[in-house]
Amino acid sequence: MAAQEGQGQTAGEYIVHHLHHLQTGTQKAVVDFSVVNMDSVFYSIALGALGCWILWLAARKATSGVPGRFQAAVEFLIEMVDSQAKGIVHNAHSRKMVAPLALTVFVWIFLMNAMDLLPVDLLPVVWHSTSPAFGVPNYMRVVPTADLSITMGLSLGVLLVCLYYNVKIKGLGGWIHELFTAPFGDKWFLYPVNFLMQMVEFIAKTVSHGMRLFGNMYAGELIFMLIAMMGGAWALSGTGILLAIGHVVAGTVWAIFHILIITLQAFIFMMLALIYVGQAHDAH
Amino acid sequence: MEVISFVALAAGLMIGLGAVGACIGIGIMGGKYLESAGRQPELMGELQTKMFLLAGLIDAAFIIGTGIALWFATANPFLGQIANLPK
Repeated sequence: MAAQEGQGQTAGEYIVHHLHHLQTGTQKAVVDFSVVNMDSVFYSIALGALGCWILWLAARKATSGVPGRFQAAVEFLIEMVDSQAKGIVHNAHSRKMVAPLALTVFVWIFLMNAMDLLPVDLLPVVWHSTSPAFGVPNYMRVVPTADLSITMGLSLGVLLVCLYYNVKIKGLGGWIHELFTAPFGDKWFLYPVNFLMQMVEFIAKTVSHGMRLFGNMYAGELIFMLIAMMGGAWALSGTGILLAIGHVVAGTVWAIFHILIITLQAFIFMMLALIYVGQAHDAH
Repeated sequence: MEVISFVALAAGLMIGLGAVGACIGIGIMGGKYLESAGRQPELMGELQTKMFLLAGLIDAAFIIGTGIALWFATANPFLGQIANLPK
């Protein structure tokens, strides 16, 4: 499972190699918009298409009679998202757009997180054997949500939806009025403080929204790699059968716990997106 | 050598202190949830959703800290900085 390239490679090198994206260039700064992480882009688009296809399949075959297992599962999912949206966004007209958005975000993030449950070396090994044919570097990361660019992109998307609804519900003038008067009150000397608080709120919401998903998935991926290295150490040295047993036991336990984490994080991202959109509907 | 030992200690503190905070938080919240479910069992389903949401929020800071600590422990970034220091 692990460290097929491992001869003469230390644990640190293994981790660093596996945390390197398949990039179009070399990243020079912390924020560098000229570099694209090709692996994240590919997997996220492929999984988004897969999620849409699954939901489309359920919608196409839907019957009003007794539903099959598949249809019942999708209906359960849609009902769950719909009831959450009803409880948070109290505007039937915007719910027509927001509830399907929340459903898509939930399914998409769940699928992207679920890439964590594949063996950490499965797709990278396939890439190792095929990448020389294309003449590209043999880096590969399979979990798109463990890439900060993807999660911050998602949370920025939610921010844009929030701004859209702020303007739509309150009107441009009303929203600007709220930006300057909201937390503390409508006094001219409070305008700068109010505006500053609003900006801090928007930035903190967006950054924590993306960082939370990224942090959970990144840590999970790293722990899977460490578990894989236990097996790798056993396979390379051939000594210490305890390492092999520990590898299997730790891998099983962490994978089962991770099923909870990936579902929970997708659910939390969806709920927070709904809550932020719901806040955009509240007039102060 | 000093750097390695300090980073090892720091990684232990990051995981340990984060775990203390997250466990206390989850414990208090879980206890309150059971209490309120005992008082008003009809609210159980609704409260459970909110409890899981908050559990994820509490857990997030701890898991992020654990991830950073494990990164420090396995692929120490400070050793690279030391190698680049002018002698």
